[in-house]
Amino acid sequence: MIEHLLSEIPRFFTASNVAFLAAAAGRTLLLSVAGCVIGFTIGFALVCIRQTHSPWLAPARLTAIAYIEVFRRVPFLVILFLVLFAIQVVAPTASLFTIALVGVCIVSTAFLAEIIRSGFESVPRQQIEAAEVMNFTRLQTIRMVVAPQAWKVILPPAFAFMVMFIKDTALASQVGVVELTFTGKVLSNRGFSATLTFGTILLAYFILSYPLTRLGRYLEKRLATSRH
Amino acid sequence: MPHLAIDNLNANYGAVQVLHDISLSVEQSEVVSLIGPSGSGKSTLLRTLVGVTRPTGGVVTLAGQPLDYRSSASLKQARDSMAIVFQQYNLFQNMTVMGNVTIAPLKIKKWPRAEVEANARSLLEKVGLGHKLNAYPDELSGGQQQRVAIARALALKPKLLLLDEVTSALDPELVGEVLDTIRTLARDGMTMLIVSHEMGFVREVSSRVVMMDAGRVVEVGPPDQIFNAPNQTRTRDFTSRLLAH
Repeated sequence: MIEHLLSEIPRFFTASNVAFLAAAAGRTLLLSVAGCVIGFTIGFALVCIRQTHSPWLAPARLTAIAYIEVFRRVPFLVILFLVLFAIQVVAPTASLFTIALVGVCIVSTAFLAEIIRSGFESVPRQQIEAAEVMNFTRLQTIRMVVAPQAWKVILPPAFAFMVMFIKDTALASQVGVVELTFTGKVLSNRGFSATLTFGTILLAYFILSYPLTRLGRYLEKRLATSRH
Repeated sequence: MPHLAIDNLNANYGAVQVLHDISLSVEQSEVVSLIGPSGSGKSTLLRTLVGVTRPTGGVVTLAGQPLDYRSSASLKQARDSMAIVFQQYNLFQNMTVMGNVTIAPLKIKKWPRAEVEANARSLLEKVGLGHKLNAYPDELSGGQQQRVAIARALALKPKLLLLDEVTSALDPELVGEVLDTIRTLARDGMTMLIVSHEMGFVREVSSRVVMMDAGRVVEVGPPDQIFNAPNQTRTRDFTSRLLAH
């Protein structure tokens, strides 16, 4: 078995296979990074909208809440298929990658918004009242008082989510995006040992997500020692 | 004309009415104290005045201007001329002492930096914290934090200062330093509405004392009347029990 695997290695790691895998890893990375960055940005905006109080923003608030509550409860795969079919109506020429990217961002936005909200709520209410009576606007309060204190609470679960999220992008293979998991299927169909193929893919996922874990630990440690 | 006039003010927490037809006034440079048992509505009255709790009825007039709590412009204007110090200090934990005192004048009022910083230094000096400018709130004792909160309120140059049980979260040894600060303010002519359980202090510093119970004003009078010859039996019960300690 082992001998058989070893003998296959030179045939497996040809320039064309490695390029194929690298391109797929790049797509997985792009889906993950774009999902996290866009998800974090829109999620942050949704949380800010939820913090408002004025009556004419009530529809925006309700939309934000509905969005977060719905998309955290629907399986990722269902959302991907939904986007796949819905997008053909509005943009029939959209690539599969674009479809996966939209699906990924929809999900990450909902989850990261919830993580950011719980971070915001860890800041004592009284500090927000103190800012309010000194005529801070909601956004000024978030920018100067809430966000600087909420980071510490937001970071650990946000990084845990992002690491998990890299693996979840494997579901994009189900709508036909040629990312890491998809290439696994392709290569094993071409007759390469499934053990070798998926072993390599396992390693690739690890290489993608491990630096993120390290970055998370580094930031947590830095925040913990600075205290403020 | 009084600086602050409150006329038949009502407020609710959910379905429970916590303030019933409160009427009282504070003259320019006057110190008025609110006393009464816990839950009598003293803190709620201060919170309602600054609009953290919204009134359900009544009229508040500040420097001759009736205040409309439903209008954010009117509320903003009122908050521009009054400041409140909370029982729990409520300092911004992510900022130094200097940051806490200067942020609102700099970023909200947009006053010139040099002037704001000089004023903050002199205020912190005045409350005995000139050596703690770069400390963070969690490096300070309760009494020190409360004095920073007072300096933060004063840095806004308020025309009316509301103090909500500013000594009740403090160790007994720390109470004195905060009371000294308030005494100085009273001497300098600051208009203040104070909630306090320090009866000796209330007696000394106030020109009038308001006795509250169950969300109502029971009696208003000079300290001598309230503490020595109250008109209402409820006031007598309350003060005699306190003085017996």
